[in-house]
Amino acid sequence: MKANGKFDESVIEYVTVMLDGQLFGLPISRVQDVFMPDRLTRVPLAPPEIAGVLNLRGRIVTAVDLRLRLGLAPRTDGRPPMAVGIELKGESYGLLIDAVGEVMKLSNGTREANPVNLDARLARVSAGVHRLEGQLLVILDVDRVLDMTVADPLAA
Amino acid sequence: MDDLLREFLTETNESLDVVDVELVRFEQEPNNAKILDNVFRLVHTIKGTCGFLGLPRLEALAHAAETLMGKFRDGMAVTGAAVTLVLSTIDRIKQILGDLERNQREPAGDDRDLIAQLEHMAMQGAVEAAPAVSTGSLVYQVLERPLRPGEVSLDELERAFRETPGPQPTPAPAPAKAIPAPPPARRENKEEAADDGGKADGKVANQSIRVNVETLEHLMTMVSELVLSRNQLLEIVRRHEDSEFKVPLQRLSNVTAELQEGVMKTRMQPIGNAWQKLPRVVRDLATELGKEIELEMHGAETELDRQVLDLIKDPLTHMVRNSADHGLESPEERRRAGKPEKGTIRLSAYHQGGYIIIEIADDGHGLDVERIKAKAVANGLASEADVEKMSEAQVQKFIFAPGFSTAAKVTSVSGRGVGMDVVRNNIDQIGGTIDVKSVVGEGSSFTIKIPLTLAIVSALIVEAAGERFAIPQLSVVELVRAQSNSEHRIERIKDTPVLRLRHKLLPLVHLKKLLRMGDTGEPADGFIVVTQVGSHTFGIVVDSVFHTEEIVVKPMSTKLRHIAMFSGNTILGDGSVIMIIDPNGIAEAIGTLEGEESEDEAEARSASAGKMVSMLVFRAGSPELKAVPLSLVTRLEEIDCKKIEFSNGRHLVQYRGQLMPLVRVDETARIRSEGTQPLLVFSDGGRSMGLAVDEIVDIVEDKLDIEVVSTSVPGVLGSAVVKGQATEIVDVGHYLPLAFGDWLTRKELRADALTRNLLLVDDSHFFRNMLAPVLKAAGYEVTTATGADDALTRLKAGERFDVIVSDIEMPGMNGFEFAEAVRRDVRTARVPIIALSAVASPATVERGRQAGFHEFVAKFDRPGLIAALKESTVDWNEAA
Repeated sequence: MKANGKFDESVIEYVTVMLDGQLFGLPISRVQDVFMPDRLTRVPLAPPEIAGVLNLRGRIVTAVDLRLRLGLAPRTDGRPPMAVGIELKGESYGLLIDAVGEVMKLSNGTREANPVNLDARLARVSAGVHRLEGQLLVILDVDRVLDMTVADPLAA
Repeated sequence: MDDLLREFLTETNESLDVVDVELVRFEQEPNNAKILDNVFRLVHTIKGTCGFLGLPRLEALAHAAETLMGKFRDGMAVTGAAVTLVLSTIDRIKQILGDLERNQREPAGDDRDLIAQLEHMAMQGAVEAAPAVSTGSLVYQVLERPLRPGEVSLDELERAFRETPGPQPTPAPAPAKAIPAPPPARRENKEEAADDGGKADGKVANQSIRVNVETLEHLMTMVSELVLSRNQLLEIVRRHEDSEFKVPLQRLSNVTAELQEGVMKTRMQPIGNAWQKLPRVVRDLATELGKEIELEMHGAETELDRQVLDLIKDPLTHMVRNSADHGLESPEERRRAGKPEKGTIRLSAYHQGGYIIIEIADDGHGLDVERIKAKAVANGLASEADVEKMSEAQVQKFIFAPGFSTAAKVTSVSGRGVGMDVVRNNIDQIGGTIDVKSVVGEGSSFTIKIPLTLAIVSALIVEAAGERFAIPQLSVVELVRAQSNSEHRIERIKDTPVLRLRHKLLPLVHLKKLLRMGDTGEPADGFIVVTQVGSHTFGIVVDSVFHTEEIVVKPMSTKLRHIAMFSGNTILGDGSVIMIIDPNGIAEAIGTLEGEESEDEAEARSASAGKMVSMLVFRAGSPELKAVPLSLVTRLEEIDCKKIEFSNGRHLVQYRGQLMPLVRVDETARIRSEGTQPLLVFSDGGRSMGLAVDEIVDIVEDKLDIEVVSTSVPGVLGSAVVKGQATEIVDVGHYLPLAFGDWLTRKELRADALTRNLLLVDDSHFFRNMLAPVLKAAGYEVTTATGADDALTRLKAGERFDVIVSDIEMPGMNGFEFAEAVRRDVRTARVPIIALSAVASPATVERGRQAGFHEFVAKFDRPGLIAALKESTVDWNEAA
């Protein structure tokens, strides 16, 4: 499955996720699993977008609140978030999302560059936009999402 | 092929390490056939495997080395040069192996140089071993004699190769010329030995197998998972009282615990693994430096976590090199110093508590204190004045300062800019400590103390603001429960929470406030985890304390590693993740540079008058700032003015079931009649006194340098600049007698004590400053000494004293030893000595009496001291 996404130059499979009413896409080759974050431990003094850490089958996973990371409104509906598991440099991360959608195969050719007026915090981590029927899908660059050094949550 | 090659590399590297060690041993005991057999077998095995894997370079080298060793077995004399040659061959083999590991194939190049030398040596040996051999080659050999083994002539090389065609010249033809008969016989021996060796290897191999570290790590994770699942099951069964699962689950639980222990054990390795290379290192150094060095190793079987082992390998090697290079003298120097020519480096390791202690000691010339001083000053680490005041031990510690190297000349061995600071850094990183003790002319000894494992630590689980945290048990000193109505309650000095604990004020920090969690209120009730980091002690206030648990430390996510308060995180038995508190981070955060004094600090204090002191700054009477060292203050109180009574010309207050006198700083100060009155409470020997002040300003930490010593104003030691402001340093000692009204005694005393010479011995600058004026005021001519040595020097120089007042707890020679020394000297045997001590238990008093003290007085008990002085001098007068 991983190989499919990688080898086919023109078609990439995305896991779509919902955040604050907006659809985002994560390359499936980077997604390890989708799980319900259970028993999240807050980390005092941590950057605000780090929601905490949790134990996922004996591994300590750092949970990143994707809403805050992308500069979206904080989650208020009280519903438990879902998490997308990502592996980066031997460490495990969980991106907290509102809900997970379907897996979509999209051609690279139809991907468009970020609109110039896109919110800076979004533009920083976005790898382009796909126009779907009735809505837009923002593609996320996982490496940039997790590159916290780029982050400057107080800037905007 | 890959697996085979990897296996070969691992095995060969290990064998070579053993060969290194064994050869060095062999050189020392050339007649030990067992060692030789061992070496021979190892090299033979390497050769055999190389041939099998098709590695011609390695095979040729091993073969040549083997041949030479075969000669040893045949009785050739073992010379240092020969061993050096074999060792350099082994180095070459290692080098090739390194390339092999990187590139999966043997590197290009050839080793004729070494092989020729090896053959040459073997031939020489053959001649020596069989001197009565044929003429032709003998002439040939004689011609070569003047050349050293490393200087084989080209002709000789050419010749050797012409005679032995093929890429792998076997040395057999050459010796065969000299001794035609022996070679075949020797061959047989060799093969037999090899066979034996094979069998022996087999036996060893059966007892242990090689396991990939990753496999072990994975196993460890799985065991942790198992523990978590078990705990969940236990939780479920707990809810169903009469469950039939109970018994089997209990069993599962025990098995799991044992499994966990077993897996953890697999991570442990003997420290000898880190030492393996050292005999070789020392031998090479000895040769290079022209020294004779013996390396003793004790406790090589002491086990510690492999992760820790990896981290201390290099520092250890570096330190042993240092000892060999800088520590030990040359044979001539040693002879002149009356020591055996052979220097000794002793390595030892043993367990102590949760730590492993490693000592590296040499019997060399010790650290050159003067040179270290000069260097420290030159490098700007300390001023000349500071250095002069320091004790030897303190000066020696400079060697751990960054960029410090004691070697006057840079040798190829050490002094490459990598100093002890790097060693210390490495050790710091694994939570260890390093210390040095050195005696000039007798040698130096380094002591390294490191935790057994980084992976599993015992931790105290606490709760703050609803979250749990783990505090490493190693830094926890004790637990104190604080309640507003109990003896231990959290008090505050302005905004700083403190706890009075056994007559000391302990700085406190609320964990939830420090971690900015939830409400920042600081409840009065809670648990105080008394924590020690280095010499600093402080209390961490938490909401509750659960239990201690063996936790598996997992590193923090890289995204969170910048938070200094945490050293890692862990998964608890119930499956939740919690943060591990880093006491170092907390210590830094609260800037606690003072607190309980450790030995080190007491030492430091004696030497540098400019040491940081915590001071309580307040106002009383006049608007000028006043200060008193915080360590002298027992507690701070604010009392309702209605409770202050006035009787017999004195202010008194009911305090803890006693009447406590209140004292004013001076005439201008007033004791309030309404509202509340802030007090500094000083206690001594069950008596307390309250010093009424107007306002407590702050607690500051600064150097206490009394610049203007006051003798005219009572109650003031002098003025000092505290945090940039001129501040009067208050003499607490002045007020104690005021409170208890026995200053009449003092007046009385003053008359008859007329200019008696008094020697005051105290390592503390502060106490000397505090007591000297008091004693002067009481009519004594006071001479101060900074320590027992200083005092003894004065006494030996013939200075005469009528009475000596000495501290007990002093660095170097303590008060007891000092008193004994004074008693031993006929001239001073009858001078009365009074002991001053912070602790006056019956045992210490008895010890003091035996040492020859007349009296034992608690520090700060000024009336007691004055009375004792009076008595002693009267006694003495009468006796005289």
